[in-house]
Amino acid sequence: MSQKKSQAPKRSLGSKALIAVPFLWLVIFFLAPFFIVFKISLSEVAVAIPPYLPTFDLAEGWTGFVEALSGFSFENYIWLIEDDLYWKSYLSSAQIALISTLITLVVGYPIAYGMARSPKEWRPTLLMLVILPFWTSFLIRVYAWIGILKNEGLLNQLLLALGVINEPLVIMNTDLAVYIGIVYSYLPFLVLPLYASLEKLDISLLEAAEDLGCPPWKAFWKITLPLSIPGVVAGCFLVFIPAVGEFVIPDLLGGSNTLMIGKTLWVEFFSNRDWPVSSAVAVILLLILVVPIVLFQNHQQKLAEMQS
Amino acid sequence: MRSGPTWFNVTSLVLGFTFLYLPIVILVIFSFNESRLVTVWGGFSTKWYVELFKNKQLLDAAWVTLKVAFLSASIATVLGTMAALVLVRSGRFVGRSLFSGMIFAPLVMPEVILGLSLLLLFVAMDQARGFWTVMIAHTTFAMCYVAVVVQSRLVGFDKSIEEAAEDLGCPPVRSFFLITLPIIFPGVLAGWMLAFTLSLDDLVIASFTTGPGATTLPMKIYSQVRLGVTPEINAICTILVVLVTFGVIAASLASKRQELQRAHDERAAFGAN
Repeated sequence: MSQKKSQAPKRSLGSKALIAVPFLWLVIFFLAPFFIVFKISLSEVAVAIPPYLPTFDLAEGWTGFVEALSGFSFENYIWLIEDDLYWKSYLSSAQIALISTLITLVVGYPIAYGMARSPKEWRPTLLMLVILPFWTSFLIRVYAWIGILKNEGLLNQLLLALGVINEPLVIMNTDLAVYIGIVYSYLPFLVLPLYASLEKLDISLLEAAEDLGCPPWKAFWKITLPLSIPGVVAGCFLVFIPAVGEFVIPDLLGGSNTLMIGKTLWVEFFSNRDWPVSSAVAVILLLILVVPIVLFQNHQQKLAEMQS
Repeated sequence: MRSGPTWFNVTSLVLGFTFLYLPIVILVIFSFNESRLVTVWGGFSTKWYVELFKNKQLLDAAWVTLKVAFLSASIATVLGTMAALVLVRSGRFVGRSLFSGMIFAPLVMPEVILGLSLLLLFVAMDQARGFWTVMIAHTTFAMCYVAVVVQSRLVGFDKSIEEAAEDLGCPPVRSFFLITLPIIFPGVLAGWMLAFTLSLDDLVIASFTTGPGATTLPMKIYSQVRLGVTPEINAICTILVVLVTFGVIAASLASKRQELQRAHDERAAFGAN
């Protein structure tokens, strides 16, 4: 095993191919497209197929490149700043995502806690029950809420029948419906990492606290909560980041004045057919999300190192 | 310390799971509703299911979706398993952090960005859009999920068995198929299933990358949902939910059985030495 010491092992052809195949696939179909999005965000909209100008051709060599460069304009970005629809969409997406993440945390924590404290033989089944909705179509789960939340929907029928309210509550097509949709759809993403960190928690710490006369709520506050922070952080990132760019939930449950950037981008692309502006919207969204994505990845790496 | 679940824990579990499952249960119940109004019960009927199987467009979309899901899940499983092996086994190499970044970023990246960027790539490549472009798009994000699932399986894997085989002269590719793959198989299978259902579900990325003649089921459902809630949609959704539920439960039971069998075999093998 002394050969193992050298850190840069000579790789066989096979192990090079093992790295190269998935690496190239991701470079071509994940990384390269971002540069194209950036390039098109600098072009102008045109009535053509594809609907943008100028097209930049590598075959024209350096002069072609310089020419294309002079054709680029930051007009789309200036447009994004000038038209308040866009920055309002970004702000309101971030706000909706943040509030929904906090609600998801409040709803999800007791579930994860209950799972981690349940008898050992229940846990695989409970875990399965949390994962199962994740496998069920996102679209279906959002759709299911329409029948419940709409004005003549089941929730209003129930509340009216019970005499709790006299006239139907307007929840459908409001921001409240979007919160419910996000919390419902992303709950498993928060519960799973949280459960993982709560389950590892050493019960004897809590027993020691109890023996020394610490009341349960205080033991929770001083011991359980701080030790579950890694799970809380991971779960919150997993909810927050995708929720910012969410399209289906605001589109189906939200109203016409629910501003979310995913929906704005969709409308810009499919209804207005303005590819350059939708590309610029995507570039800015990406720049905003790079910060939480990098933070999340560092957090995960730190966790992985701590475990090994 | 009290043993057994406390009152608080049981309540939070019951409420939590009710919240998770009640909407789906209601959706399934109302797919058997006689009345066209989805929220008023008009008696039991299976007529919406009968209606579904007469809807040619819907069946076409379902067929396209299944083909895309099967192909993309299979390719994504191969690529994702390779990526997981690279992440766990390959040590340091140039571009490693870029590589792991490209594996983890698609998991949280908003779908609108992935969809738009892939579409623009296909346009730049002058590629006619349709079945194949959706398939490639789904493969790309699904392989990242597969990589993460298989990776977690590989981390807890005893490498010495594989090393023993190689010390005895077994070539790496052979030892992978004879030893590593059977052991990580539950992870690979779970990865394939996850990739399959992700592809089955996806609306946003498919809408961006598709072309004429390749409408998928979620796109069809979405365009109908926008027109309003109907019992037919409840019926399609019910079929999908039932299929996925059975698939997941069957796979988890199968992998558990296999795991028990394997643990038993390993004990027997080490006991014999």
